[in-house]
Amino acid sequence: MSARANILRSSAAHAILIAYTVLALYPVVLIVINSMKSRRAIFNDPLSLPTRETFDLVGFHTVLEQGNFLLYFQNSMIVTVASLFFVLLFGAMAAFALAEYRFRGNLLMALYLALGIMIPIRLGTVAILEIMVAANLVNTLTALILVYTAQGLPLAVFILSEFMRQVSDDLKNAARIDGLSEYRIFFTIALPLVRPAMATVGVFTMIPIWNDLWFPLILAPGEATKTLTLGSQIFLGQYVTNWNAVLAALTLAIFPVVVLYLIFSRQLIRGITKGAVK
Amino acid sequence: MPQPRRRAPRSPVRWHIAVFLAPAVLIYTAIMIIPLFGTLNLSLFTRGEGGAREFVGLANFATLFGDPRWSGAFWNATGNNLWFFVIHMLVQNPIGIALAAILSTPRLRFAAFYRTAIFIPAILSFVIVGFVWKLILSPLWGVAPNFMDALGVGNWFAPWLGLERSALTTLALISVWQFVGIPLMLIYAALLSIPDEVLEAAEMDGITGASQFWKIKLPLILPTIGIISILTFVGNFNAFDLIYVTQGALAGPNYATDILGSFLFRTFFGFQLQLGDPHMGATVATVMFFIILAGVSLYLFGVQTRLRRYQF
Repeated sequence: MSARANILRSSAAHAILIAYTVLALYPVVLIVINSMKSRRAIFNDPLSLPTRETFDLVGFHTVLEQGNFLLYFQNSMIVTVASLFFVLLFGAMAAFALAEYRFRGNLLMALYLALGIMIPIRLGTVAILEIMVAANLVNTLTALILVYTAQGLPLAVFILSEFMRQVSDDLKNAARIDGLSEYRIFFTIALPLVRPAMATVGVFTMIPIWNDLWFPLILAPGEATKTLTLGSQIFLGQYVTNWNAVLAALTLAIFPVVVLYLIFSRQLIRGITKGAVK
Repeated sequence: MPQPRRRAPRSPVRWHIAVFLAPAVLIYTAIMIIPLFGTLNLSLFTRGEGGAREFVGLANFATLFGDPRWSGAFWNATGNNLWFFVIHMLVQNPIGIALAAILSTPRLRFAAFYRTAIFIPAILSFVIVGFVWKLILSPLWGVAPNFMDALGVGNWFAPWLGLERSALTTLALISVWQFVGIPLMLIYAALLSIPDEVLEAAEMDGITGASQFWKIKLPLILPTIGIISILTFVGNFNAFDLIYVTQGALAGPNYATDILGSFLFRTFFGFQLQLGDPHMGATVATVMFFIILAGVSLYLFGVQTRLRRYQF
Protein backbone atom coordinates (compact mmCIF):
# COMPACT_ATOMS: atom_id res chain seq x y z
CA MET A 1 0.00 0.00 0.00
CA SER A 2 1.43 3.37 -0.92
CA ALA A 3 1.89 6.03 1.74
CA ARG A 4 -0.49 8.36 -0.02
CA ALA A 5 -3.34 5.84 -0.04
CA ASN A 6 -2.69 5.31 3.63
CA ILE A 7 -3.01 9.00 4.45
CA LEU A 8 -6.13 9.25 2.35
CA ARG A 9 -7.68 6.33 4.13
CA SER A 10 -6.88 7.57 7.61
CA SER A 11 -8.19 11.06 6.86
CA ALA A 12 -11.42 9.54 5.55
CA ALA A 13 -11.68 7.52 8.77
CA HIS A 14 -11.16 10.66 10.86
CA ALA A 15 -13.70 12.60 8.82
CA ILE A 16 -16.41 9.98 9.42
CA LEU A 17 -15.60 9.65 13.10
CA ILE A 18 -15.54 13.40 13.66
CA ALA A 19 -18.86 13.78 11.85
CA TYR A 20 -20.44 11.13 14.03
CA THR A 21 -18.93 12.53 17.21
CA VAL A 22 -20.45 15.92 16.37
CA LEU A 23 -23.82 14.25 15.77
CA ALA A 24 -23.57 12.47 19.14
CA LEU A 25 -22.45 15.47 21.18
CA TYR A 26 -23.99 18.47 19.48
CA PRO A 27 -27.54 18.07 20.84
CA VAL A 28 -26.15 17.86 24.36
CA VAL A 29 -23.84 20.84 23.90
CA LEU A 30 -26.70 22.86 22.43
CA ILE A 31 -28.79 22.35 25.57
CA VAL A 32 -25.94 23.23 27.89
CA ILE A 33 -24.94 26.46 26.13
CA ASN A 34 -28.51 27.68 25.81
CA SER A 35 -29.26 27.02 29.48
CA MET A 36 -26.93 29.92 30.30
CA LYS A 37 -28.58 32.44 27.99
CA SER A 38 -31.41 34.90 28.32
CA ARG A 39 -34.78 33.94 26.91
CA ARG A 40 -34.46 36.26 23.97
CA ALA A 41 -31.04 34.94 23.03
CA ILE A 42 -32.25 31.36 23.23
CA PHE A 43 -34.74 32.06 20.47
CA ASN A 44 -32.86 34.62 18.39
CA ASP A 45 -29.57 32.89 18.20
CA PRO A 46 -29.71 29.33 19.53
CA LEU A 47 -26.44 28.23 17.96
CA SER A 48 -24.08 30.80 19.47
CA LEU A 49 -22.21 30.63 22.76
CA PRO A 50 -23.45 32.88 25.57
CA THR A 51 -21.81 36.28 25.38
CA ARG A 52 -21.53 38.91 28.07
CA GLU A 53 -24.87 40.46 27.01
CA THR A 54 -26.81 37.23 26.64
CA PHE A 55 -25.41 35.41 29.69
CA ASP A 56 -28.23 34.74 32.13
CA LEU A 57 -28.70 32.13 34.85
CA VAL A 58 -32.39 32.79 35.47
CA GLY A 59 -33.27 29.22 34.48
CA PHE A 60 -31.08 27.74 37.18
CA HIS A 61 -32.64 30.08 39.77
CA THR A 62 -36.11 28.89 38.80
CA VAL A 63 -35.09 25.24 38.99
CA LEU A 64 -33.43 25.56 42.38
CA GLU A 65 -36.29 27.61 43.83
CA GLN A 66 -39.24 25.69 42.38
CA GLY A 67 -38.06 22.13 42.22
CA ASN A 68 -37.08 19.91 45.08
CA PHE A 69 -34.03 18.88 43.14
CA LEU A 70 -31.69 18.52 46.08
CA LEU A 71 -34.07 16.00 47.62
CA TYR A 72 -34.55 14.16 44.31
CA PHE A 73 -30.83 14.02 43.82
CA GLN A 74 -30.38 12.63 47.32
CA ASN A 75 -33.05 9.98 46.70
CA SER A 76 -31.41 8.92 43.45
CA MET A 77 -28.04 8.71 45.16
CA ILE A 78 -29.39 6.59 48.03
CA VAL A 79 -31.24 4.22 45.70
CA THR A 80 -28.36 3.86 43.24
CA VAL A 81 -25.58 3.46 45.79
CA ALA A 82 -27.52 1.03 47.99
CA SER A 83 -28.65 -1.13 45.05
CA LEU A 84 -25.16 -1.09 43.61
CA PHE A 85 -23.70 -2.17 46.95
CA PHE A 86 -26.09 -5.10 47.28
CA VAL A 87 -25.76 -6.17 43.64
CA LEU A 88 -21.97 -6.21 43.86
CA LEU A 89 -21.75 -7.89 47.28
CA PHE A 90 -24.46 -10.52 46.79
CA GLY A 91 -23.56 -10.98 43.13
CA ALA A 92 -19.90 -11.58 43.95
CA MET A 93 -20.81 -14.01 46.75
CA ALA A 94 -23.06 -16.06 44.48
CA ALA A 95 -20.54 -15.91 41.66
CA PHE A 96 -17.83 -17.17 44.00
CA ALA A 97 -20.00 -20.08 45.13
CA LEU A 98 -20.81 -21.04 41.53
CA ALA A 99 -17.24 -20.72 40.31
CA GLU A 100 -15.42 -22.20 43.31
CA TYR A 101 -17.37 -25.22 44.54
CA ARG A 102 -18.62 -28.33 42.84
CA PHE A 103 -22.01 -29.26 44.22
CA ARG A 104 -25.14 -30.87 42.92
CA GLY A 105 -27.28 -28.39 41.01
CA ASN A 106 -24.45 -25.99 40.32
CA LEU A 107 -25.17 -25.68 36.61
CA LEU A 108 -28.91 -25.54 37.22
CA MET A 109 -28.44 -22.73 39.72
CA ALA A 110 -26.27 -20.82 37.26
CA LEU A 111 -28.93 -21.17 34.55
CA TYR A 112 -31.69 -20.18 36.97
CA LEU A 113 -29.83 -17.00 37.89
CA ALA A 114 -29.04 -16.26 34.24
CA LEU A 115 -32.72 -16.39 33.28
CA GLY A 116 -33.14 -12.81 34.45
CA ILE A 117 -30.65 -11.50 31.88
CA MET A 118 -33.08 -12.16 29.05
CA ILE A 119 -36.47 -11.71 30.73
CA PRO A 120 -37.00 -8.11 31.82
CA ILE A 121 -38.17 -7.61 35.41
CA ARG A 122 -40.74 -5.05 34.22
CA LEU A 123 -43.03 -7.84 33.07
CA GLY A 124 -43.56 -8.77 36.72
CA THR A 125 -44.63 -5.25 37.66
CA VAL A 126 -48.26 -6.08 38.40
CA ALA A 127 -47.32 -8.66 41.01
CA ILE A 128 -44.38 -6.60 42.31
CA LEU A 129 -46.76 -3.76 43.08
CA GLU A 130 -49.07 -6.17 44.91
CA ILE A 131 -46.19 -7.47 47.01
CA MET A 132 -45.03 -3.95 47.83
CA VAL A 133 -48.56 -2.90 48.79
CA ALA A 134 -48.88 -5.96 51.03
CA ALA A 135 -45.52 -5.26 52.63
CA ASN A 136 -46.41 -1.59 53.06
CA LEU A 137 -43.40 -0.54 51.03
CA VAL A 138 -45.09 1.64 48.42
CA ASN A 139 -43.55 5.10 48.32
CA THR A 140 -40.40 4.00 50.08
CA LEU A 141 -36.88 3.93 48.73
CA THR A 142 -36.58 0.38 50.10
CA ALA A 143 -39.01 -0.85 47.44
CA LEU A 144 -36.85 0.62 44.68
CA ILE A 145 -33.65 -0.73 46.22
CA LEU A 146 -35.12 -4.25 46.40
CA VAL A 147 -36.32 -4.17 42.80
CA TYR A 148 -33.07 -2.81 41.42
CA THR A 149 -31.02 -5.29 43.40
CA ALA A 150 -33.04 -8.14 41.89
CA GLN A 151 -32.76 -6.54 38.45
CA GLY A 152 -28.98 -6.17 38.61
CA LEU A 153 -28.08 -9.55 40.11
CA PRO A 154 -28.40 -11.85 37.05
CA LEU A 155 -25.89 -10.01 34.88
CA ALA A 156 -23.57 -9.41 37.83
CA VAL A 157 -23.48 -13.11 38.77
CA PHE A 158 -22.98 -14.10 35.14
CA ILE A 159 -20.04 -11.76 34.48
CA LEU A 160 -18.40 -12.08 37.89
CA SER A 161 -18.42 -15.87 37.87
CA GLU A 162 -16.41 -15.77 34.62
CA PHE A 163 -13.82 -13.69 36.42
CA MET A 164 -13.95 -15.69 39.65
CA ARG A 165 -12.89 -18.76 37.66
CA GLN A 166 -9.68 -17.00 36.70
CA VAL A 167 -8.59 -16.45 40.32
CA SER A 168 -5.62 -18.73 40.89
CA ASP A 169 -6.38 -21.99 42.70
CA ASP A 170 -2.88 -22.12 44.20
CA LEU A 171 -3.52 -18.91 46.03
CA LYS A 172 -6.78 -20.16 47.51
CA ASN A 173 -5.37 -23.57 48.43
CA ALA A 174 -2.38 -21.98 50.10
CA ALA A 175 -4.80 -19.91 52.15
CA ARG A 176 -6.77 -23.04 53.06
CA ILE A 177 -3.63 -24.76 54.27
CA ASP A 178 -2.94 -21.69 56.40
CA GLY A 179 -6.33 -22.31 57.98
CA LEU A 180 -8.29 -19.40 56.52
CA SER A 181 -12.04 -19.92 56.48
CA GLU A 182 -13.91 -19.90 53.17
CA TYR A 183 -15.37 -16.53 54.08
CA ARG A 184 -11.94 -15.05 54.71
CA ILE A 185 -10.75 -16.46 51.38
CA PHE A 186 -13.64 -14.78 49.62
CA PHE A 187 -13.19 -11.39 51.26
CA THR A 188 -9.40 -11.21 51.40
CA ILE A 189 -8.36 -13.05 48.23
CA ALA A 190 -11.11 -13.43 45.63
CA LEU A 191 -12.85 -10.10 46.06
CA PRO A 192 -9.76 -7.88 45.73
CA LEU A 193 -8.61 -9.84 42.66
CA VAL A 194 -11.82 -9.31 40.70
CA ARG A 195 -12.01 -5.61 41.51
CA PRO A 196 -11.59 -4.48 37.88
CA ALA A 197 -14.52 -6.67 36.84
CA MET A 198 -16.56 -5.28 39.73
CA ALA A 199 -16.04 -1.78 38.37
CA THR A 200 -17.32 -2.80 34.94
CA VAL A 201 -20.33 -4.56 36.40
CA GLY A 202 -20.87 -1.53 38.61
CA VAL A 203 -21.12 0.86 35.69
CA PHE A 204 -23.42 -1.45 33.75
CA THR A 205 -25.65 -1.83 36.80
CA MET A 206 -25.64 1.81 37.75
CA ILE A 207 -26.70 3.42 34.46
CA PRO A 208 -30.12 1.76 34.09
CA ILE A 209 -30.89 2.25 37.79
CA TRP A 210 -30.08 5.94 37.75
CA ASN A 211 -32.05 6.49 34.55
CA ASP A 212 -35.10 4.33 35.26
CA LEU A 213 -38.50 5.96 35.03
CA TRP A 214 -40.82 2.94 35.16
CA PHE A 215 -40.42 1.76 38.77
CA PRO A 216 -40.22 5.21 40.41
CA LEU A 217 -43.42 6.08 38.53
CA ILE A 218 -45.23 2.96 39.75
CA LEU A 219 -43.67 2.15 43.12
CA ALA A 220 -42.55 5.48 44.53
CA PRO A 221 -44.25 8.48 42.90
CA GLY A 222 -44.66 10.38 46.21
CA GLU A 223 -42.99 13.73 46.60
CA ALA A 224 -40.65 12.51 49.36
CA THR A 225 -39.34 9.56 47.35
CA LYS A 226 -39.11 10.95 43.81
CA THR A 227 -35.86 10.15 42.08
CA LEU A 228 -34.05 12.71 39.98
CA THR A 229 -35.24 11.10 36.75
CA LEU A 230 -38.90 11.11 37.77
CA GLY A 231 -38.62 14.54 39.39
CA SER A 232 -37.12 16.14 36.31
CA GLN A 233 -39.69 14.42 34.10
CA ILE A 234 -42.52 15.98 36.09
CA PHE A 235 -40.78 19.34 36.40
CA LEU A 236 -40.20 19.45 32.63
CA GLY A 237 -43.85 18.65 32.05
CA GLN A 238 -45.00 21.49 34.29
CA TYR A 239 -42.57 24.12 33.08
CA VAL A 240 -42.70 23.15 29.45
CA THR A 241 -43.23 26.75 28.33
CA ASN A 242 -40.47 28.17 30.51
CA TRP A 243 -37.55 27.47 28.23
CA ASN A 244 -34.90 28.83 30.58
CA ALA A 245 -36.05 26.52 33.33
CA VAL A 246 -36.35 23.49 31.05
CA LEU A 247 -32.88 23.94 29.61
CA ALA A 248 -31.38 24.51 33.07
CA ALA A 249 -33.09 21.42 34.49
CA LEU A 250 -31.78 19.33 31.60
CA THR A 251 -28.26 20.66 32.11
CA LEU A 252 -28.39 19.85 35.81
CA ALA A 253 -29.59 16.33 35.01
CA ILE A 254 -26.89 15.74 32.39
CA PHE A 255 -24.03 16.93 34.55
CA PRO A 256 -23.68 14.25 37.27
CA VAL A 257 -24.01 11.31 34.86
CA VAL A 258 -21.44 12.63 32.42
CA VAL A 259 -18.96 13.38 35.19
CA LEU A 260 -19.36 9.87 36.62
CA TYR A 261 -19.04 8.39 33.14
CA LEU A 262 -15.83 10.27 32.39
CA ILE A 263 -14.35 9.02 35.68
CA PHE A 264 -15.27 5.40 34.96
CA SER A 265 -15.06 5.32 31.16
CA ARG A 266 -11.53 3.95 30.99
CA GLN A 267 -12.50 1.14 33.32
CA LEU A 268 -15.69 0.49 31.41
CA ILE A 269 -14.01 0.15 28.04
CA ARG A 270 -11.19 -1.97 29.44
CA GLY A 271 -13.78 -4.24 31.02
CA ILE A 272 -15.61 -4.76 27.75
CA THR A 273 -12.52 -5.33 25.69
CA LYS A 274 -11.06 -7.75 28.25
CA GLY A 275 -13.68 -10.19 27.09
CA ALA A 276 -16.29 -10.20 29.82
CA VAL A 277 -18.92 -9.95 27.11
CA LYS A 278 -17.75 -12.19 24.34
CA MET B 1 -31.04 -60.01 48.67
CA PRO B 2 -28.34 -57.54 47.83
CA GLN B 3 -26.50 -56.15 50.73
CA PRO B 4 -27.12 -52.48 51.23
CA ARG B 5 -23.94 -50.86 50.12
CA ARG B 6 -22.07 -49.20 52.88
CA ARG B 7 -22.17 -45.47 52.51
CA ALA B 8 -18.96 -43.62 52.16
CA PRO B 9 -18.54 -41.28 55.10
CA ARG B 10 -20.37 -38.17 54.02
CA SER B 11 -18.45 -34.99 53.96
CA PRO B 12 -19.93 -32.47 56.35
CA VAL B 13 -22.56 -30.17 54.91
CA ARG B 14 -20.77 -27.26 53.35
CA TRP B 15 -22.82 -24.49 54.84
CA HIS B 16 -20.67 -21.76 53.36
CA ILE B 17 -21.97 -22.55 49.87
CA ALA B 18 -25.51 -21.91 51.06
CA VAL B 19 -24.43 -18.74 52.84
CA PHE B 20 -22.72 -17.42 49.71
CA LEU B 21 -25.70 -18.19 47.49
CA ALA B 22 -28.56 -17.33 49.82
CA PRO B 23 -28.81 -13.51 49.62
CA ALA B 24 -28.69 -13.36 45.82
CA VAL B 25 -31.00 -16.31 45.30
CA LEU B 26 -33.53 -15.11 47.88
CA ILE B 27 -33.81 -11.55 46.59
CA TYR B 28 -33.83 -12.67 42.97
CA THR B 29 -36.50 -15.27 43.61
CA ALA B 30 -38.69 -13.09 45.79
CA ILE B 31 -38.59 -9.89 43.72
CA MET B 32 -38.13 -11.23 40.21
CA ILE B 33 -39.11 -14.84 39.66
CA ILE B 34 -42.15 -15.08 41.96
CA PRO B 35 -43.68 -11.79 40.70
CA LEU B 36 -43.02 -12.87 37.12
CA PHE B 37 -44.98 -16.07 37.61
CA GLY B 38 -47.43 -14.22 39.84
CA THR B 39 -48.14 -11.92 36.92
CA LEU B 40 -48.62 -14.83 34.55
CA ASN B 41 -51.02 -16.29 37.11
CA LEU B 42 -52.93 -13.02 37.62
CA SER B 43 -53.78 -12.95 33.93
CA LEU B 44 -56.12 -15.92 34.57
CA PHE B 45 -58.24 -14.00 37.06
CA THR B 46 -60.53 -11.02 37.05
CA ARG B 47 -62.04 -8.73 39.61
CA GLY B 48 -65.45 -10.19 40.43
CA GLU B 49 -68.33 -8.58 42.26
CA GLY B 50 -67.42 -7.14 45.62
CA GLY B 51 -63.76 -7.00 44.66
CA ALA B 52 -63.17 -10.73 45.12
CA ARG B 53 -60.78 -12.37 42.73
CA GLU B 54 -62.42 -14.77 40.29
CA PHE B 55 -60.79 -17.41 38.17
CA VAL B 56 -61.76 -16.94 34.53
CA GLY B 57 -59.33 -19.17 32.70
CA LEU B 58 -58.23 -17.69 29.40
CA ALA B 59 -61.12 -15.21 29.18
CA ASN B 60 -58.79 -12.21 29.51
CA PHE B 61 -56.84 -13.41 26.51
CA ALA B 62 -60.08 -13.89 24.61
CA THR B 63 -60.93 -10.27 25.40
CA LEU B 64 -57.51 -9.03 24.41
CA PHE B 65 -57.55 -10.80 21.05
CA GLY B 66 -61.28 -10.92 20.40
CA ASP B 67 -62.82 -7.67 21.63
CA PRO B 68 -62.26 -5.15 18.82
CA ARG B 69 -61.49 -2.30 21.24
CA TRP B 70 -58.72 -4.29 22.86
CA SER B 71 -57.41 -6.19 19.87
CA GLY B 72 -57.19 -3.05 17.74
CA ALA B 73 -55.02 -1.33 20.33
CA PHE B 74 -52.99 -4.46 20.94
CA TRP B 75 -52.17 -5.14 17.29
CA ASN B 76 -51.43 -1.47 16.72
CA ALA B 77 -48.92 -1.54 19.58
CA THR B 78 -47.39 -4.82 18.39
CA GLY B 79 -47.04 -3.57 14.82
CA ASN B 80 -45.49 -0.32 15.99
CA ASN B 81 -43.13 -2.25 18.23
CA LEU B 82 -42.07 -4.41 15.32
CA TRP B 83 -41.33 -1.35 13.19
CA PHE B 84 -39.41 0.15 16.13
CA PHE B 85 -37.28 -3.00 16.21
CA VAL B 86 -36.80 -3.10 12.43
CA ILE B 87 -35.44 0.46 12.42
CA HIS B 88 -32.97 -0.44 15.16
CA MET B 89 -31.80 -3.49 13.24
CA LEU B 90 -31.49 -1.62 9.94
CA VAL B 91 -29.99 1.62 11.21
CA GLN B 92 -28.48 1.26 14.66
CA ASN B 93 -26.62 -2.00 14.24
CA PRO B 94 -25.11 -1.36 10.78
CA ILE B 95 -23.93 2.11 11.89
CA GLY B 96 -22.49 0.57 15.05
CA ILE B 97 -20.64 -2.08 13.06
CA ALA B 98 -19.33 0.43 10.52
CA LEU B 99 -18.08 2.82 13.20
CA ALA B 100 -16.45 -0.05 15.10
CA ALA B 101 -14.71 -1.22 11.93
CA ILE B 102 -13.34 2.27 11.33
CA LEU B 103 -12.35 2.68 14.98
CA SER B 104 -10.42 -0.56 14.99
CA THR B 105 -8.10 0.64 12.22
CA PRO B 106 -4.61 -0.03 13.58
CA ARG B 107 -2.72 3.00 14.89
CA LEU B 108 -5.73 5.28 14.61
CA ARG B 109 -5.14 8.43 16.64
CA PHE B 110 -7.73 9.75 19.12
CA ALA B 111 -9.56 6.39 19.03
CA ALA B 112 -10.17 6.57 22.79
CA PHE B 113 -11.65 10.03 22.45
CA TYR B 114 -14.08 9.02 19.69
CA ARG B 115 -15.14 5.94 21.63
CA THR B 116 -15.81 7.89 24.80
CA ALA B 117 -17.69 10.67 23.00
CA ILE B 118 -19.91 8.46 20.85
CA PHE B 119 -20.94 6.44 23.90
CA ILE B 120 -22.09 9.49 25.90
CA PRO B 121 -25.75 9.53 24.69
CA ALA B 122 -26.16 5.95 25.90
CA ILE B 123 -25.57 6.95 29.52
CA LEU B 124 -28.15 9.75 29.51
CA SER B 125 -31.65 9.08 30.76
CA PHE B 126 -34.60 8.88 28.39
CA VAL B 127 -35.99 11.96 30.07
CA ILE B 128 -33.00 13.98 28.96
CA VAL B 129 -32.77 12.45 25.50
CA GLY B 130 -36.50 12.77 24.86
CA PHE B 131 -36.65 16.39 25.86
CA VAL B 132 -33.45 17.38 24.11
CA TRP B 133 -34.80 16.09 20.80
CA LYS B 134 -38.25 17.46 21.46
CA LEU B 135 -36.71 20.92 21.82
CA ILE B 136 -34.44 20.54 18.80
CA LEU B 137 -37.24 19.31 16.55
CA SER B 138 -39.69 21.89 17.85
CA PRO B 139 -40.81 24.34 15.13
CA LEU B 140 -41.07 26.89 17.94
CA TRP B 141 -37.38 26.96 18.70
CA GLY B 142 -36.31 26.54 15.14
CA VAL B 143 -32.96 24.85 15.58
CA ALA B 144 -33.76 22.01 13.19
CA PRO B 145 -35.49 24.19 10.55
CA ASN B 146 -32.67 26.76 10.61
CA PHE B 147 -30.11 24.04 10.33
CA MET B 148 -31.90 22.50 7.38
CA ASP B 149 -32.23 25.91 5.76
CA ALA B 150 -28.48 26.25 5.99
CA LEU B 151 -28.14 22.94 4.15
CA GLY B 152 -30.61 24.14 1.52
CA VAL B 153 -33.30 21.60 2.35
CA GLY B 154 -35.41 23.81 4.59
CA ASN B 155 -38.59 22.89 2.74
CA TRP B 156 -38.33 19.32 3.93
CA PHE B 157 -38.78 20.28 7.55
CA ALA B 158 -41.98 19.15 9.22
CA PRO B 159 -42.97 18.80 12.88
CA TRP B 160 -42.11 15.11 12.68
CA LEU B 161 -42.96 14.20 16.26
CA GLY B 162 -46.46 15.59 15.83
CA LEU B 163 -47.37 13.85 12.58
CA GLU B 164 -49.00 10.47 12.65
CA ARG B 165 -47.03 9.04 9.78
CA SER B 166 -43.57 10.13 10.94
CA ALA B 167 -43.74 10.23 14.75
CA LEU B 168 -42.86 6.58 15.35
CA THR B 169 -39.96 6.53 12.91
CA THR B 170 -38.63 9.75 14.39
CA LEU B 171 -38.75 8.28 17.90
CA ALA B 172 -37.04 5.11 16.71
CA LEU B 173 -34.27 7.19 15.16
CA ILE B 174 -33.87 9.17 18.39
CA SER B 175 -33.51 5.86 20.22
CA VAL B 176 -30.95 4.76 17.62
CA TRP B 177 -29.02 7.98 18.19
CA GLN B 178 -28.99 7.25 21.89
CA PHE B 179 -27.92 3.61 21.79
CA VAL B 180 -25.57 3.31 18.82
CA GLY B 181 -22.68 3.23 21.31
CA ILE B 182 -23.64 -0.20 22.61
CA PRO B 183 -23.26 -2.24 19.38
CA LEU B 184 -20.24 -0.07 18.64
CA MET B 185 -18.51 -1.11 21.87
CA LEU B 186 -19.37 -4.81 21.63
CA ILE B 187 -18.32 -5.10 17.99
CA TYR B 188 -15.19 -3.09 18.68
CA ALA B 189 -14.24 -5.52 21.44
CA ALA B 190 -14.91 -8.48 19.13
CA LEU B 191 -12.80 -6.96 16.34
CA LEU B 192 -9.91 -6.36 18.73
CA SER B 193 -9.97 -9.99 19.80
CA ILE B 194 -9.28 -11.25 16.26
CA PRO B 195 -5.65 -12.42 16.41
CA ASP B 196 -3.09 -10.53 14.35
CA GLU B 197 -1.84 -13.76 12.72
CA VAL B 198 -5.19 -14.26 11.01
CA LEU B 199 -5.13 -10.75 9.59
CA GLU B 200 -1.48 -11.04 8.60
CA ALA B 201 -2.18 -14.30 6.79
CA ALA B 202 -5.01 -12.55 4.94
CA GLU B 203 -2.69 -9.73 3.96
CA MET B 204 -0.14 -12.19 2.64
CA ASP B 205 -2.88 -13.54 0.40
CA GLY B 206 -3.59 -10.02 -0.78
CA ILE B 207 -6.87 -9.59 1.07
CA THR B 208 -6.83 -6.10 2.53
CA GLY B 209 -9.12 -3.18 3.25
CA ALA B 210 -12.80 -3.59 2.55
CA SER B 211 -12.56 -7.13 1.22
CA GLN B 212 -10.67 -8.11 4.37
CA PHE B 213 -13.58 -6.75 6.39
CA TRP B 214 -16.23 -8.65 4.41
CA LYS B 215 -14.35 -11.91 3.98
CA ILE B 216 -12.38 -12.27 7.21
CA LYS B 217 -13.61 -10.01 9.98
CA LEU B 218 -17.36 -10.09 9.45
CA PRO B 219 -17.68 -13.89 9.59
CA LEU B 220 -15.59 -13.87 12.76
CA ILE B 221 -17.80 -11.35 14.56
CA LEU B 222 -21.11 -12.96 13.53
CA PRO B 223 -21.72 -14.44 17.02
CA THR B 224 -21.38 -10.96 18.53
CA ILE B 225 -23.81 -9.57 15.96
CA GLY B 226 -26.22 -12.31 17.01
CA ILE B 227 -25.96 -11.31 20.66
CA ILE B 228 -26.48 -7.66 19.76
CA SER B 229 -29.59 -8.54 17.76
CA ILE B 230 -31.17 -10.39 20.64
CA LEU B 231 -30.26 -7.64 23.11
CA THR B 232 -31.86 -5.12 20.75
CA PHE B 233 -34.95 -7.30 20.49
CA VAL B 234 -35.41 -7.66 24.25
CA GLY B 235 -34.68 -3.97 24.81
CA ASN B 236 -37.14 -2.83 22.13
CA PHE B 237 -39.99 -5.04 23.20
CA ASN B 238 -39.58 -3.81 26.74
CA ALA B 239 -39.16 -0.11 25.85
CA PHE B 240 -41.44 2.45 27.41
CA ASP B 241 -39.60 5.46 28.81
CA LEU B 242 -38.81 7.33 25.59
CA ILE B 243 -42.41 7.13 24.38
CA TYR B 244 -43.76 8.17 27.78
CA VAL B 245 -41.41 11.12 28.05
CA THR B 246 -41.95 12.56 24.59
CA GLN B 247 -45.54 11.60 23.80
CA GLY B 248 -47.08 10.90 27.20
CA ALA B 249 -49.00 7.80 28.29
CA LEU B 250 -51.40 8.24 25.37
CA ALA B 251 -48.55 7.68 22.91
CA GLY B 252 -49.88 10.27 20.51
CA PRO B 253 -50.62 11.50 17.95
CA ASN B 254 -53.64 9.21 17.86
CA TYR B 255 -51.71 6.21 19.29
CA ALA B 256 -49.28 6.34 16.37
CA THR B 257 -46.34 5.76 18.72
CA ASP B 258 -47.98 3.26 21.03
CA ILE B 259 -45.73 0.27 21.68
CA LEU B 260 -46.25 -2.69 24.00
CA GLY B 261 -44.58 -1.00 26.97
CA SER B 262 -46.81 2.07 26.85
CA PHE B 263 -49.87 -0.11 26.14
CA LEU B 264 -49.06 -2.17 29.24
CA PHE B 265 -48.66 0.98 31.32
CA ARG B 266 -52.04 2.37 30.25
CA THR B 267 -53.82 -0.94 30.69
CA PHE B 268 -52.35 -1.58 34.11
CA PHE B 269 -52.33 1.94 35.50
CA GLY B 270 -55.18 3.56 33.64
CA PHE B 271 -55.24 7.04 32.15
CA GLN B 272 -57.77 9.84 32.11
CA LEU B 273 -61.18 8.13 32.01
CA GLN B 274 -60.15 4.52 31.69
CA LEU B 275 -59.52 2.84 35.04
CA GLY B 276 -56.44 0.74 35.47
CA ASP B 277 -57.01 -3.00 35.45
CA PRO B 278 -54.31 -5.17 37.02
CA HIS B 279 -55.69 -8.34 35.48
CA MET B 280 -55.75 -7.05 31.91
CA GLY B 281 -52.35 -5.50 32.65
CA ALA B 282 -51.08 -8.92 33.69
CA THR B 283 -52.58 -10.35 30.49
CA VAL B 284 -50.68 -7.85 28.34
CA ALA B 285 -47.50 -8.55 30.34
CA THR B 286 -47.99 -12.28 29.79
CA VAL B 287 -48.30 -11.83 26.04
CA MET B 288 -45.15 -9.67 26.10
CA PHE B 289 -43.43 -12.40 28.10
CA PHE B 290 -44.26 -14.98 25.43
CA ILE B 291 -43.19 -12.67 22.60
CA ILE B 292 -39.81 -12.12 24.25
CA LEU B 293 -39.51 -15.80 25.14
CA ALA B 294 -40.25 -16.73 21.51
CA GLY B 295 -37.62 -14.30 20.24
CA VAL B 296 -34.99 -15.49 22.70
CA SER B 297 -35.67 -19.19 21.99
CA LEU B 298 -35.62 -18.59 18.25
CA TYR B 299 -32.20 -17.05 18.69
CA LEU B 300 -30.83 -19.66 21.12
CA PHE B 301 -32.02 -22.72 19.21
CA GLY B 302 -32.39 -21.45 15.66
CA VAL B 303 -29.56 -19.01 15.18
CA GLN B 304 -26.91 -19.46 17.82
CA THR B 305 -26.42 -23.19 17.29
CA ARG B 306 -25.85 -22.63 13.59
CA LEU B 307 -23.29 -19.90 13.98
CA ARG B 308 -19.84 -21.25 13.49
CA ARG B 309 -17.50 -20.26 16.27
CA TYR B 310 -13.79 -20.09 15.82
CA GLN B 311 -11.35 -20.85 18.58
CA PHE B 312 -7.99 -19.26 18.43
